[in-house]
Amino acid sequence: MSTSPVTLGKALNMGLRKAMEDDAKVLLMGEDIGKLGGVFRVTDGLQKDFGEDRVIDTPLAESGILGTAVGLAMRGFRPVVEIQFDGFVYPAYDQIVCQVAKLHARSRGRLPMSIVIRIPFGGGIGAVEHHSESPEAYFAHTAGLKVVACSNPVDAYWMIQQAIAHPDPIVFFEPKRRYWEKAELDTEATPEPLFASRLVREGSQVTVLAYGPMVKTALQAASAAEEEGISVEVLDLRTISPLDMGPVLASVRRTGRCVVVHEAPSNLGLGAELSARITEACFYELEAPVLRVGGYDTPYPPSKLEEDYLPDLDRVLEAVDRSLAF
Amino acid sequence: MSEVPEPVHHGFEPNPFGPHHDPISSDPIHADVASPVEQPELVQLLTPEGERVEHPDYSIDLSAEEVQALYRDLALVRRVDVEATALQRQGELGIWASLLGQEAAQIGAGRALLPDDMAFPTYREHGVAWCRGIDPLSIIGLFRGCDSGSWDPIESKFSLYTIVIGAQTLHAVGYAMGMQRDEGQGACLAFFGDGATSQGDVNEAFIFAAVFDAPVVFFCQNNQYAISEPIEKQTRIPLYRRASGFGFPGIRVDGNDVLAVLAVTRRALEAARSGQGPTLIEAYTYRMGAHTTSDDPSRYRLASEMEAWKLKDPIERLKAYLVRSGQADAAFFDAIQAESDELAARVRSGTMEMPDPDPVSMFENTYAEITPYLEEQRDTFLAYQAGFSDQDSHA
Ligand SMILES: Cc1ncc(C[n+]2csc(CCOP(=O)(O)OP(=O)(O)O)c2C)c(N)n1
Ligand SMILES: [Mg+2]
Repeated sequence: MSTSPVTLGKALNMGLRKAMEDDAKVLLMGEDIGKLGGVFRVTDGLQKDFGEDRVIDTPLAESGILGTAVGLAMRGFRPVVEIQFDGFVYPAYDQIVCQVAKLHARSRGRLPMSIVIRIPFGGGIGAVEHHSESPEAYFAHTAGLKVVACSNPVDAYWMIQQAIAHPDPIVFFEPKRRYWEKAELDTEATPEPLFASRLVREGSQVTVLAYGPMVKTALQAASAAEEEGISVEVLDLRTISPLDMGPVLASVRRTGRCVVVHEAPSNLGLGAELSARITEACFYELEAPVLRVGGYDTPYPPSKLEEDYLPDLDRVLEAVDRSLAF
Repeated sequence: MSEVPEPVHHGFEPNPFGPHHDPISSDPIHADVASPVEQPELVQLLTPEGERVEHPDYSIDLSAEEVQALYRDLALVRRVDVEATALQRQGELGIWASLLGQEAAQIGAGRALLPDDMAFPTYREHGVAWCRGIDPLSIIGLFRGCDSGSWDPIESKFSLYTIVIGAQTLHAVGYAMGMQRDEGQGACLAFFGDGATSQGDVNEAFIFAAVFDAPVVFFCQNNQYAISEPIEKQTRIPLYRRASGFGFPGIRVDGNDVLAVLAVTRRALEAARSGQGPTLIEAYTYRMGAHTTSDDPSRYRLASEMEAWKLKDPIERLKAYLVRSGQADAAFFDAIQAESDELAARVRSGTMEMPDPDPVSMFENTYAEITPYLEEQRDTFLAYQAGFSDQDSHA
């Protein structure tokens, strides 16, 4: 039993350790995940304890990592792959989209593809190019892949274990700017299901949907709105594909208004899909169109401009106001 | 007496790779497995002690002024690098990727370039940038987060820094194919690291270059590490030997010997320009600092390793040579010292004074011409920003 404050990064580390203890077929693969423990130290100490055969420092080749993970998965292993930064997943994109996503279907279910692809994503850490991207929509758009994002240490601990135990390939997004945030973690609690969205703050006037790093931003916006007498409900989506529409629709039916927030550009992002589904399901209950707050449709800017690019508390509030003004 | 059972015939030969096959070491074709750190022929013209030595295939004949100029390059780029590291520590840069220890590899390669040649750097080629006349402050701007490379890659013949490992090697080959087709005079010099050699892109670049006989030289700085991973994680053979499998020559040069690097790179570029196709140069060197200012090498390598490489320092050895051969006196070194300090001061003040970029600039150049939808976003952004300044002025 342990109830102690841990960071999101440490919670992932604990979750990975538990998954490796529980199942000898779980392997970790990635660049610098061994002695270094990963550039964010998420795999810290695991190679020391589980050996180089289970915590594998791979050659510097993402396509190679994913391609060999496919073979290992065919052989019954459960590879958990670390992509060092969001912007470096693309060399592996072909393997993920053409192979990982399709082999279960192509083999009529004969080939297991229990692969977890961990990707630190999003901006806000003042990094150089390719280190701050939000590529989730590319993967959510691909049939055969599941996509989830954790937002806090408790979810990180449970969701990574659930993802590893799950039979389908999962792209697991980790909010890199929240790696150092702490929360109490009770490792004996009963976790929520993996593919479930969660109401994280009740409110009555506007529903705000967020995932990953933007959950905290949405919660901050809700607190600020409260001071102005506006009641905002916040949902942490947790699962991006498949979407868990039940709680989303229930909330929007109550409030009649919805704002979707993500760092990824709005054009064809998750907000577009959510907006379409909400509009299809509760058109007559809506008091305003579903609004989106996202990154602009430009390449991620140099870090001096990232605060201008990224959705923040003010931009969420501005959208809440616009929704209420309809 | 028990009878030996008849062998059962299944109608096929027993699988030679079945569970009882011989250990691989007894297989003659596997007996010759090399190691990536094995010390093969390494072109060297200057020993670590600064002694000038001859090599049967490579020679170089430089005047005292030319050797002094190389020393100046080495000293100045190291001084800028040290200053940039300090600026990062003081919060002025987001991150810095140090070239410490790799100065000779970069200056030797950079000074082998002729005006028509085109260089394709990674994110660490500050020394090559220097040789191409890029102001160090332009490099700093990228690491400060002001832009993603403010120099003109075509005019300076120095492409933009490329962070995605290996991608630029293909660009270099394509550019070289262009030179071939419009009868350009130059060749391309593609920079990459030891880790990069594992990427598909780099291997594809080798193949394209070989098949099209492209005028390109692949310049691999083997600094022994890809972040924390030592070279053994990327290869079983010395990297320069990879070239032969692709059908072009590979050569290993002492990357801490600026004279040898210059001689070898000149020769390879000449071959490329004269239609003899690609060469792979492995500059054998050492990353004396951390991977970047975000890295902590004490987690994965021993300090003693560093001590051994310090004895091979690229700048100390050229200095020893200049002194030993009487080609430079104390006054020369004093002057370089003074110039370094001046440059460092300019880099420091230039960094502090560097203006933040205009936020609206992020909407520019996404396309040749801004699209209506993006224009709408830009205008919304501007109106939104103006709202804040209104609030400020009313407050
Ligand atoms: C495609 C890709 N994957 C991962 C990274 C993260 N990364 C940045 S530098 C680096 C190591 C590069 O090693 P090497 O090629 O030896 O060059 P060096 O940094 O030693 O100069 C890695 C893994 C990246 N930039 N691009
Ligand atoms: Mg290297």
